Amino acid sequence: MANVQFDLVSPERRLASVEATEVQIPGADGDMTAMADHAPTIATLRPGVLKVLHSGGTDEYIVSGGFAEITATGVSVLAEQALPRAEMTQELFDEMLSEAKAAYVSAQEVFKNEPGPVDDAAKLLSDMVAIGGHIGLTANN
Amino acid sequence: MPSLKDLKNRIASVKSTRKITKAMQMVAAAKLRRAQEAAEASRPYTERFNAVMAGLASGAAGSAAAPKLLSGTGSDQTHLLVVMTAERGLCGGFNGNIAKLARAHAQKLLAQGKTVKIITVGKKGRDVIKRELGEHFIEHVDLSAVKRISYANAQSIAKDVLAKFDAGEFDIATIFFARFENVVSQHPTALQVIPAQFEEVEGAEAALYDYEPSEEAVLADLLPRGVATQIFAALLENAASEQGARMSAMDNATRNAGDMIDQLTIEYNRSRQAVITNELIEIISGAEAL
Repeated sequence: MANVQFDLVSPERRLASVEATEVQIPGADGDMTAMADHAPTIATLRPGVLKVLHSGGTDEYIVSGGFAEITATGVSVLAEQALPRAEMTQELFDEMLSEAKAAYVSAQEVFKNEPGPVDDAAKLLSDMVAIGGHIGLTANN
Repeated sequence: MPSLKDLKNRIASVKSTRKITKAMQMVAAAKLRRAQEAAEASRPYTERFNAVMAGLASGAAGSAAAPKLLSGTGSDQTHLLVVMTAERGLCGGFNGNIAKLARAHAQKLLAQGKTVKIITVGKKGRDVIKRELGEHFIEHVDLSAVKRISYANAQSIAKDVLAKFDAGEFDIATIFFARFENVVSQHPTALQVIPAQFEEVEGAEAALYDYEPSEEAVLADLLPRGVATQIFAALLENAASEQGARMSAMDNATRNAGDMIDQLTIEYNRSRQAVITNELIEIISGAEAL
C-alpha cells in the first residue's frame, strides 16, 4: 500500500517527518483519517490527539489548533502548539486547561450578547478536557 | 605631553576595555548561533503557512465577502507601526537603523495627513521613538524578561494588535524589524501585516483544495494566525540580527582597542627613550664640565 509523507511542524520546531500509512487528524468538524490518494484538502484543527501510523508503529501527538494540508501524497500539519504525547505532563495539561478556561470566562464577559465566540470558547475548553480523557490525565479544579 | 605613568595607565585601561569587548563579541557569537537555529527551526512552518495562505488569499481576495484582515477596511487613514528593536544597546547601528526607518515612514505618513500610532517592542526603540514621536506613541511591549523568544510572545503581541484592529483603531499595520542577511549586514525592513499581503507563489496550485469546514472559515481561522506567524518570524530575525550586529560592532571595537594599544605603546616607548637620552645628556655634560 502506498504511503504518505507526513510532516508535523510547529512555529518553533519540526516535530516529525516520516513516511506514514495513515494519519488520524482531529479536524474542526470531526476526526478524519488521511491515507494515500486522499483528495487535496485543507482542514482546520481542534485541540486533540493526532495519530500517525507508520511501519515502525504508532506515534501520537497533542496538538492545539492549527491546520492540516492534505494532498494525495502527503500530509502536513501546521500546529500552533504541538508536542509528542510522552512529553505531555499533568502540569502542562493543567496550564493549557486553565488558559482555555480563562479564555472562556473572558469571552463570556466580552461577548455577553453574542453566542458565537462564547460557544467557540466553550468548545475549546471541552476539547481540552477531552484530550485529558484520551491520554489519561484528569481535568481537576 | 603626558607623563610615563599617565601613558602606562591609559594602556592598562584600554587593555581591559579590549578584554570586555572581546568577551562581548564571543558571547554575541554564541547567542547568534542559537538565534539562527531558532530562526531556521521556524522556517518550515512559515514557508508552508505562507504557501497555503497565498493560495487561499488569491482565491478569496476578489470576492466582496473577503475578511477585513485580507481586504482592508477600505480606508488608509490610520496607520499602526509596530517597531521592533533590541532590549540592549552596544550593537552598532542596529537599533538606530530600525528607528530611523520607522521615523522616516511615520514622517512621510504624517506629511500626507494620516494618523500614526506606534507600538514599540524593545526598550531601545522606545526611547528613540518616545523622544521624537512621543505624541504618537501608544504602547510598549516589554520583552526584557524573555530569554528565548517563543511563539507565545508573538501571539500575545498579535492578539493585542488584532484586538485594536477589531476595535477599529487603525486601518493598516506595518511592522519594522531588521532582516538578517549575514553577520555583517542586517537590513531594516518594513512589512505590512494588515491587510495581509502574500507573495504570489510560482505556479500556485490554488483552488484545487477542498476546505473543511469551509473556505471562509479556514481563511477566517488562518488570517489571525498569519499575523502571529509574521510577527514571530520578525522577532526571530530581529534577535539574530541584533546578535550579528553586536558581534561585528564588538569585533570592530576590539580591533580599534588593539590599534590604540599599539599606538600608545609606541608613544610610551618613545618618551621612555627620550627620558633616558635626557638623563645621559645630563650625565655626560656634567662629566665634561668637571
